[in-house]
Amino acid sequence: MSDKITKAGRHVSQDEGLIFEKSSPGKRGMELPPLDVPPADAAKALGAGYVRAGVEGFPEVSEIEVVRHFTRISTWNYAIDYGMYPLGSCTMKYNPRVNEFVARLEGIADEHPYQPVDLSQGCLRILKTLEDILKEVTGMDAVTLQPAAGAQGELTGLLLIRAYLESQGNPRKKVLIPDSAHGTNPATAVIAGYAVENVKSDANGGIDMARLAEIVNADVAALMITNPNTLGIFERNIGEIAKILHAKGALLYMDGANMNALAGIARPGDFGVDVMHLNLHKTFSTPHGGGGPGAGPVAMKKILGPFMPTPVVIEKEGKLAYDYNRPKSIGRVKAFYGNFGVLVRALAYALAYGPGMRQASEDAVLNANYIRKKLEDVYELPYKLPCMHEVVFSDSRQKKNGVSTMDIAKRLIDYGFHPYTTAFPLIVHGALMIEPTESESKEECDQFIAAMRSIAEESATNPELVKTAPHTTRVGRLDEVTAARKPILRWKP
Amino acid sequence: MRYLPKSDSERREMLRAIGFDNFEKLFQAIPEAFRLKRPLAVPGPLSEMEIIEYFRGRAAENSRGYTSFLGAGVYHHHRSVVADALLQRGEFLTSYTPYQAEISQGTLQAIFEFQTLMCQLTGQEVANASMYDGSTALTEAVLMAERLTGRQRVLIAHSVHPEYRQVLNTYAKNTGLRVEEFGFSASGQLAIDAVRKAANDEVAAVVVQSPNFFGVLEQIPALAEIARGCGALLVVGITEAVSLGIARPPADADIIAMEAQSFGLPPSYGGPYAGVIATKEKFVRQMPGRLAGQTTDHQGRRGFCLTLATREQHIRREKATSNICTNQALCALAATIHLCLLGKQGLREQAEQNVAKSQFALAQLETIAGVRRAFSGPVFNEFVMEFPRSVKMINAQLLKNKIVGPMALGRFYPELTKRGLVCVTETTTREEITRLVEGIDRALKVPV
Ligand SMILES: Cc1ncc(COP(=O)(O)O)c(C=O)c1O
Repeated sequence: MSDKITKAGRHVSQDEGLIFEKSSPGKRGMELPPLDVPPADAAKALGAGYVRAGVEGFPEVSEIEVVRHFTRISTWNYAIDYGMYPLGSCTMKYNPRVNEFVARLEGIADEHPYQPVDLSQGCLRILKTLEDILKEVTGMDAVTLQPAAGAQGELTGLLLIRAYLESQGNPRKKVLIPDSAHGTNPATAVIAGYAVENVKSDANGGIDMARLAEIVNADVAALMITNPNTLGIFERNIGEIAKILHAKGALLYMDGANMNALAGIARPGDFGVDVMHLNLHKTFSTPHGGGGPGAGPVAMKKILGPFMPTPVVIEKEGKLAYDYNRPKSIGRVKAFYGNFGVLVRALAYALAYGPGMRQASEDAVLNANYIRKKLEDVYELPYKLPCMHEVVFSDSRQKKNGVSTMDIAKRLIDYGFHPYTTAFPLIVHGALMIEPTESESKEECDQFIAAMRSIAEESATNPELVKTAPHTTRVGRLDEVTAARKPILRWKP
Repeated sequence: MRYLPKSDSERREMLRAIGFDNFEKLFQAIPEAFRLKRPLAVPGPLSEMEIIEYFRGRAAENSRGYTSFLGAGVYHHHRSVVADALLQRGEFLTSYTPYQAEISQGTLQAIFEFQTLMCQLTGQEVANASMYDGSTALTEAVLMAERLTGRQRVLIAHSVHPEYRQVLNTYAKNTGLRVEEFGFSASGQLAIDAVRKAANDEVAAVVVQSPNFFGVLEQIPALAEIARGCGALLVVGITEAVSLGIARPPADADIIAMEAQSFGLPPSYGGPYAGVIATKEKFVRQMPGRLAGQTTDHQGRRGFCLTLATREQHIRREKATSNICTNQALCALAATIHLCLLGKQGLREQAEQNVAKSQFALAQLETIAGVRRAFSGPVFNEFVMEFPRSVKMINAQLLKNKIVGPMALGRFYPELTKRGLVCVTETTTREEITRLVEGIDRALKVPV
């Protein structure tokens, strides 16, 4: 190991097989109280044709084995709790523990979605308060909390646009999407029934204004823009972009995945956006949990309000209730009222900061610019405009020695960091997309910078070392080709 | 601010290093006119103590202290503290989607175990890493059937969860799917003859839920035959996953869309839960959502990675099988740990207890004059009772005794007024069932 590795040392982790491999008949990890009613003969109660034997292959293990199993395998993960997790676009910030605590309170975790509204006033107040906060942060007129994640928020937003345009007489045919956009944007547009037209970025990585003016016509329903975009650059023509669209009767959708740069600084509602989603699992600190759950609320201008998913929370004389009677609604996108437990956590986050959210955005942008400054002499910066909360380099200098962004990312693991986002956005060949968030101290940023500089040096002096990284993990690079060619997707005895 | 790890002098030092003389410079790219010139008008900041106090206050405005007989897609089951403690380990809680396999083996192995458990339960060959919930899983299963058959006609049971059907309709509206609903018979099961008559070579999917919204188990083999007969796929939704501990798994269905909330996830006022899609191996390339697969590293050591990603939006963009990205991984982990604790015997026993309690509650409720069972079909832990007066009136009385009574079906089925859906699980005690029965008896005697 290099003496430049200051953040991580080797430690022993436990070997552990699959839980099924520990199974032995008769062991169990949970017991139930004795039955206090007469036992029923299932075959008789349900009918013999409806009953099964025990679940074949199901694990039989004790409680301590379950605790050790999941503790052991957990140690094979990296986590924000260990250190910087600079995945660009993912906003891996600190997940406050009090949020976990309040989401588990009796009276919050045990509430049933169909209990009477009189017995749900606390839940409704949580929803209403969060809606109001999100309206203020985005500068919008209305918010729906129903979507389960960003991608579902996108779908909700496009369905709102479609319903609105339909009410004007024509839903139109296509949605414009910049080539720098996240994959969910085009995938979503198709489900909303739109054709996708890709818009090439200009030399600065932004929207090509001349081209935009050319292609916006009566067939265009909307432009889906990410702002700051996936290069971390604020679209300085955003006001003009909105005007071009509005002049032709099209709407402006904003992918709000990057709101962490803007909260308290600037509001999409003030710069011409008609509808947008937020990723509460990014900007509002709810834990990613290895891939989810999230929440993707959609904030919109007044004109789209009538089309919101049902139900909508309303307040009458201090009492909260649901309004289901909304004839223009696009309908439901998810059962019940959204990922409520995630919304609780997001509200706890918002309350902790209050207007101080601005400081979080400022620190996030400060960290990204600091890292950019300290690395721009060793990594290629393909787009030079000032960046906000994330910075995107390319591997073009290291590529000369055969070292790719993926290799550098894997080598970062040896230095005690999670990799940044690789190979996205697509407009940067060999992208290194770095988003530190506000949760990193100067010390952590400095260690990251030192690691990245050291890897740049290794890429020149000992490229093999980088290309074969990581060297310190339990498993090395995995054979993904065989995994896809001959998929093994479940354990078999 | 306690979450921010910088002193003001550190901030200034970093700013100087960047070469900026003031913090406004950081936002130079934002046109002046678009910068917010005032502090956000939002509540806070609150200390940890105040946050806890705030949410305790909200909790007190909810249903604490009430006994509930609600199910209808969300179930009160026992949740082990062990599972909750384990999933709160930072390594699980605060990690991202496991794209970087070498430092995500914990999450990946857990997903692989989840996929295996879901296959074992449903009798299917492959299961994915999770969908948002049961409602979107069902919808995505139908879209998957559309892709697999190239057809657009969908025959769905009226007894599928009403909110699931609403979600399907929202998605169907712009994809050209034609969704037709089919009623139920006196057993509460799907009226199969009508479906058989309607089945033709335009049908992409026959869609049922089992146990259905009335708690009644459907006749899966017969439905599978109808679907097969016309080249359509049988999609089976499951909202009460504990039923799989005792009910015949829908192995002859083509796609399963399940809600896994019953496996250790709190009701949490409607989410977050974990949706599951399980299917046959031959359909895997049209499956939505993430999949973890087993493979080896360069030294031949077993490891896991996300696989078959060419179905997904980050690779395929507008040609992806779904737009899903973030899923419900932590909820799926909760279900995995919960099921490992419960194990083969525990799940069986839990399912048996649910059957015993519902049989007991049913028999007790039938002793009340004028109250009878609405459907004759086999039930697991939920069933519909018919009352001599409106369920709303009964519930108003029950609430006075701190009981949240049966769910009034008239809300979703205007033809089913005076019918209430009752749910009991292993957490419902005999004493609570007795209180419900006495409460309803008394409520029916209150003069109108
Ligand atoms: C820019 C951008 N847009 C959209 C998404 C999709 O959001 P989600 O994963 O919550 O569906 C993401 C993140 O994954 C993203 O980074």
